[in-house]
Amino acid sequence: MNKMKKEVKDNPKKQPRNNREILILTYFFLAIFVAFIGYLIYFQAAHGEDMANSPYNRRRQNQLAQKVVRGQIMDADGEVLAKTEIDDEGNEVRVYPYGNLFSHVVGYSMNGGSGLEAGYNIRLLKSHASIFDRVQNLLSGTKNIGDNMVTTLDRRLQEAAYYGLGDSRGAVVVMNPKTGAVLAMVSKPDYDPNEIGELWDYYTSEDSQGDSSLLNRATQGLYPPGSVFKVMTALAYLRENDDKYEDYLYECTGSINIDGEVINCYHNEKHGTVDMKHAFAESCNSAFVDIGYHVDKQTLIRLCKSFYFNSKFKLPLAFSKSSLAISRATTTYQIMQTVIGQGETLVTPMHMAMMISTIANDGKMMQPYFVDHIENDAGTTIKTYKPKQMDLLLTTRETEIMKEFMTAVVQEGTATSLRNSGYTVAGKTGSAEYGTKKGSSHSWFICFSPVEDPQIAISVIVEGAGEGSAYAVPVAKNILDAYYYD
Amino acid sequence: MTSIVTTAANYLIIIIFAVYTYLGFHVFKKKTEEERRHIYRIQALSVFAISFLAYTVLYLHTESLELLLYYGAQTMFFLAVLIAFPMIYKNCSRLLLNHLCMLMSVGFFMIARLDLERSVRQFLIAVAGVLISIFVPVMINKAKFLKKWTAFYGLFGFALLAAVFLLGSVTGGSKINVTVHGITLAPSEFVKILFVFFIAGMLHKNTSFRRVAVTTLCAAAHVLILVLSRDLGGALILFVVYMSMLYAATKKFSYVGAGLFCFSGAAVAAFYLFSHVRIRVLTWTTDFDVLKNDSSQVSQSLFAIGTGSWFGSGFCQGLPETIPVAVSDFIFAAICEEFGIVFAICLILVCFSCFLMFVNSSLQIKDNFYKLVSFGLSVSFIFQVFLTIGGDSKFIPLTGVTLPLVSYGGSSVLSSVIVFAIIQGLYIMKRSEGEVHE
Repeated sequence: MNKMKKEVKDNPKKQPRNNREILILTYFFLAIFVAFIGYLIYFQAAHGEDMANSPYNRRRQNQLAQKVVRGQIMDADGEVLAKTEIDDEGNEVRVYPYGNLFSHVVGYSMNGGSGLEAGYNIRLLKSHASIFDRVQNLLSGTKNIGDNMVTTLDRRLQEAAYYGLGDSRGAVVVMNPKTGAVLAMVSKPDYDPNEIGELWDYYTSEDSQGDSSLLNRATQGLYPPGSVFKVMTALAYLRENDDKYEDYLYECTGSINIDGEVINCYHNEKHGTVDMKHAFAESCNSAFVDIGYHVDKQTLIRLCKSFYFNSKFKLPLAFSKSSLAISRATTTYQIMQTVIGQGETLVTPMHMAMMISTIANDGKMMQPYFVDHIENDAGTTIKTYKPKQMDLLLTTRETEIMKEFMTAVVQEGTATSLRNSGYTVAGKTGSAEYGTKKGSSHSWFICFSPVEDPQIAISVIVEGAGEGSAYAVPVAKNILDAYYYD
Repeated sequence: MTSIVTTAANYLIIIIFAVYTYLGFHVFKKKTEEERRHIYRIQALSVFAISFLAYTVLYLHTESLELLLYYGAQTMFFLAVLIAFPMIYKNCSRLLLNHLCMLMSVGFFMIARLDLERSVRQFLIAVAGVLISIFVPVMINKAKFLKKWTAFYGLFGFALLAAVFLLGSVTGGSKINVTVHGITLAPSEFVKILFVFFIAGMLHKNTSFRRVAVTTLCAAAHVLILVLSRDLGGALILFVVYMSMLYAATKKFSYVGAGLFCFSGAAVAAFYLFSHVRIRVLTWTTDFDVLKNDSSQVSQSLFAIGTGSWFGSGFCQGLPETIPVAVSDFIFAAICEEFGIVFAICLILVCFSCFLMFVNSSLQIKDNFYKLVSFGLSVSFIFQVFLTIGGDSKFIPLTGVTLPLVSYGGSSVLSSVIVFAIIQGLYIMKRSEGEVHE
């Protein structure tokens, strides 16, 4: 290019005038090509690995597995959660030392894979072993050792969640609200990933109809949120009545009737005269239907959308998107149901963990992540994953008010069993009725602790158990006790 | 053994190609002819070295004797081109000749790895193309009538496109090919050249509004019939070539503005009229996060590029055969997969270096007809490169055109060789007059 320009300058008289136009277009194409090369580098750096890891790209991944021994998955302390052992005949076996404990979150690598095994398949099949080792392997014809993945999972909290849930069906997600690091994730019923090969025939046969052990309820289970949704309703109300919410008063008679449609409080309990904080703490349905009914539907829809209802977010595990069933066309009864988390709104435990974490983290929603860093077989760090903020969704004032409300839930409301535990907790209980049968409900509890400087956020659901305080709260307590006292 | 050779060859090929590319730009800094010749010789050797490494790997994986014969024939061919052509035309551009051979060579071994038979066919057509192109510089130099056949270029080009529209067979939703006596041709590849000559003939002397209007109507007819055949890549190339040549000939940016305005309208219309345009545009606007859970053509291409990463999986180590139409429209993705992005960037730079050499010839020629011809061919070449590499990597919506000299396609490689020969002819013409330095 410079050469050409010089050429033109050197012989100004010789050159016909339209060289200028030709040069302009040449520079134009140069700009396009520079941009393209930049794009190609950006693509590879930012998305290349994600693309390579696609479930539609399994053939290439399997090809990599021919050359690399799959790396290990470890918890935050370096304890091995998944490793590949090679027997005398050279057969590779994937071993999960903790069996059922990490079944859904770590997943399995055979049969298409699941969990982190699938989400980071290509990472585990890449080798950054030292050049010396790799050349030696090349010469001797042996496989390279794949990179190891150190997760953010905390074994103590995982155990507390696992044993806390016991034999109940349900799910638990524990996060660090400030970073989005997932500290524990349990789904029940579970399975032993060591036996996935044998179990596979059963799970794919007709006998297994209705057995959902392979399903990760924490990210894929869709549940009605019940009273946990009152967090969103309260936020929508605060957004519209920022300065007046303290004046709100409601006379609860155990049920509310709007246009002939009736909603009852839990067990028809009469809460008497409640302000907003007490309505929240006592989880008074009647007051919240009244609050929700006075909120502009669009405000609630916009708020929920900003919290990723009805939309996807980035997660390395298979997940379902939460759905908010409220639009311009819904009837009065449906609106009354939706604002207290009944009706057709469905959420995942993971999503609720993100919601509570956002409140704990001053309105900043963090990208949930599971992997702290990748290291090679010698322990040298290859890549570190940094926390990422997804959105700033709430004002400080909004989070302060919500923290106050949620503290009241523990201090004087539906989760008082956590009141004298030696640490401060703020949360919200929920009992989500499901099905048509009266009295069958899921027990929810979402919380964070300590209130002053939140370090841990928990989302618990116990299926078909009943009232929030009776079943989900003890699971959370088990985790918090482990966090503070173990 | 095979894996050691494959791995070593992979890195060697990337290094040699990077050096080759660097020298292609570095050569301009050299003042003396002697120094430049030295660089050209190293480049020519690189062509043979890369070809040798590639066929060694390919042989270890196929153990086919046919392949060895094919390699032998190819080596003879490149020797002949690189030695004989400069002997016949001592004023030719050696850099352009090296690039021609390098691009063809990469195409040959990449296609051979996917489909040996097609590679051989491609090779035979390239040989024919080079034989024809020996006469092209003579034509350029001696034939004064070339400037006067304007009407012929326009009518013949249009007739060819009309024939495709009426008689063409449909592949992948568009009519591009015509089969005559068992030979399948893609006439639009040749019409690009005729079109450039036609526009140059129309505008090299007279750029009055009337003249421009008539030329625009004829150009629009070309573009429209391509659109009707649903060869939108071809239509887009002719459009961009016309706008560029019009701008260079008239120096009026207002024409370009008007053209872009019409183009925007046409693009919106195409989006609503053609379902395949709609699909491609929508795929282009889709996030990577969504595309990764998809099995569309572009996703397959991105999986290949992403898995190949910076240094590729190694020749014969990837799965480029899983990319749809890997030998032609998606050969860039296939190359990215096995040789990596570093190699691919070098390939792009080599193509761009060709473009600069084309433009350079245009800048230095005084004769306005040839100036426009050479500029039109430059734009046609580089824009086609851009469409294919941009489409394969989701930089722009997919248009489905070939990578000149590299992609499989007889008409494509033949017309590309002829274009290179025309540019060589222009270099030879100017240098014989003692005016041009490279």
